[in-house]
Amino acid sequence: MRESVPQISTAFAGTLGSFSLDVAFKMPMRGITALFGPSGCGKTTILRCMAGLQHLPGHFIVGDQVWQDSARSVFVRTHERPLGYVFQEASIFQHLNVRQNLLYGAKRAGNAPTSDALDFDAIVELLGIGQLLERSPVALSGGERQRVSVGRALLSRPRILLMDEPLSALDRMTKEEILPYFERLHQSLALPVVYVSHDIGEVARLADTLVLLSKGRVMASGPLEVLQTDPSLPLIAAPDAAVMLEGRVESIDETYALTTFSVAGGALVMPGRQGAPGAERRLRIAASDVSFTLTAASDTTILNCLPARIVSIDGAANEAQVNIIAALGADGSGARIAARITRKSQAALGLAPGTPVFAQIKSVALMR
Amino acid sequence: MGELNLAQLWSPIRLTIELAFITTILLLVFGTPVAWWLARSKARWKEAVATVVAMPLVLPPTVLGFYLLLLLGPNGPGGWIAGLYGARTLAFTFTGLVIGSVLYSMPFVVQPIRNAFEAFGDRPLEVAATLRASPWDAFWSVAVPLARPGFLTGAILGFAHTIGEFGVILMIGGNIPGQTKVLSVAIYDFVETQYWTEAHILAGGMVVFSFAVILTTMMLGRRYGQHGR
Repeated sequence: MRESVPQISTAFAGTLGSFSLDVAFKMPMRGITALFGPSGCGKTTILRCMAGLQHLPGHFIVGDQVWQDSARSVFVRTHERPLGYVFQEASIFQHLNVRQNLLYGAKRAGNAPTSDALDFDAIVELLGIGQLLERSPVALSGGERQRVSVGRALLSRPRILLMDEPLSALDRMTKEEILPYFERLHQSLALPVVYVSHDIGEVARLADTLVLLSKGRVMASGPLEVLQTDPSLPLIAAPDAAVMLEGRVESIDETYALTTFSVAGGALVMPGRQGAPGAERRLRIAASDVSFTLTAASDTTILNCLPARIVSIDGAANEAQVNIIAALGADGSGARIAARITRKSQAALGLAPGTPVFAQIKSVALMR
Repeated sequence: MGELNLAQLWSPIRLTIELAFITTILLLVFGTPVAWWLARSKARWKEAVATVVAMPLVLPPTVLGFYLLLLLGPNGPGGWIAGLYGARTLAFTFTGLVIGSVLYSMPFVVQPIRNAFEAFGDRPLEVAATLRASPWDAFWSVAVPLARPGFLTGAILGFAHTIGEFGVILMIGGNIPGQTKVLSVAIYDFVETQYWTEAHILAGGMVVFSFAVILTTMMLGRRYGQHGR
């Protein structure tokens, strides 16, 4: 059975020394898919297999292109796969200047068809590396190097971009400096991106699709909004659990400098002017910032008080607290949020799956 | 003989430079793939090959020369090859000297190039592959430029070592003026026959030459050490 929407199909199984990998999952042909898991879970190995840098039995199919299918003895060598790869540490060629580095893959890619108008000037502009072109790589900072390697990969006209923890070798400041560029890429390119990371912060900011990995196996894969509120997965149980919501700027209250976002099943207010009406933003709500009331409280300083319905209650969090998933909207058809409240409060309010509640959200953060 | 015989001086110098030049070129051509294989192969027995390549470092030149003599002589494969064009032996010929020098100077060229190939690891080649460069393309566009200091050091050492060669040449080349009488042999000859002035000129020249070579190599090493990586 073939699905009509083109997608990326991955399956690798095999052992490397004492490590065994056995994964199979599918990803959409657009947006950022994060391979997320602790160190040693096999995410880099999967990425290297996708690129053909390592060879484990299985298959890797990008849309209509079969790059590996061991059952049919197909294995396209790395240099014949139109992919872009950004390595963990700077991998700029030391014997070439920035411009020559950028053009290395472009020259070899020839006139391969591409879905985006990825010309040199546009990429240089997008990544803000215009001033660096004639420099030697020795004179670049860590963040600049990673931007150049992203640009170099994009200029080789890839069908897919593979990124192996591209920020992990950078300090916090540099990460903050580089993430906006990645977000711009995400918005302006239709290119599918596979992003390996062990940092939930990066994943929350960038990922649309998530593949959760543990010890060489896939724990779950699917859209971020689904996995982040799945009580059977560890994301919700993390001490700093949070959900990401896609929001659109609805209006700006000029008197009080507040921005109203519409999200599935409700509206959220956030301090400050957060963009022009219509702008798409990603919002983050920490589970510890959400509380529930049974009636709409009017005498509260909390601005966001939305009707919602309890979906599930997971008492496994710890002795004192439970994790609650609630769906926004009076009928509970909207986006799902997570809350961490005390067992005592749960008992006092008699919260159970299906209970209509009002979710008080103390703060909303802007992710991108 | 009271005055200098310039021809007698010049002939071994020219012959030596020719020999060193040809040997260095051949070593770069044949030594590079060997160095590449030693740097990149995962074969268990590659260190055995590396050892064979490095043997001339410790073997007395006379030992190497002895076996070369057998190999190049009328009853060895060298003699067979010589037979193809009507000669009897490769020993005591310029060709024989080139073969001997290539083997004898091999470690001095292969080792620095291998080290240079190993120094940058797999990563640059993987990067090149993800940027559509075939292995052959990546070798020329990435590996060779990155290993340039190794090539320079190897070429200088190979050249210099060939120029300083004595024992092997004495064994397989003998002392035929214009054919196998190279510098070191000529100096020996001049001393034997008490032509001190000539010996002084050649020996002094070698001292200056060696000094220049080592100084150049060290300065290149420093320069690349600072900017190379």
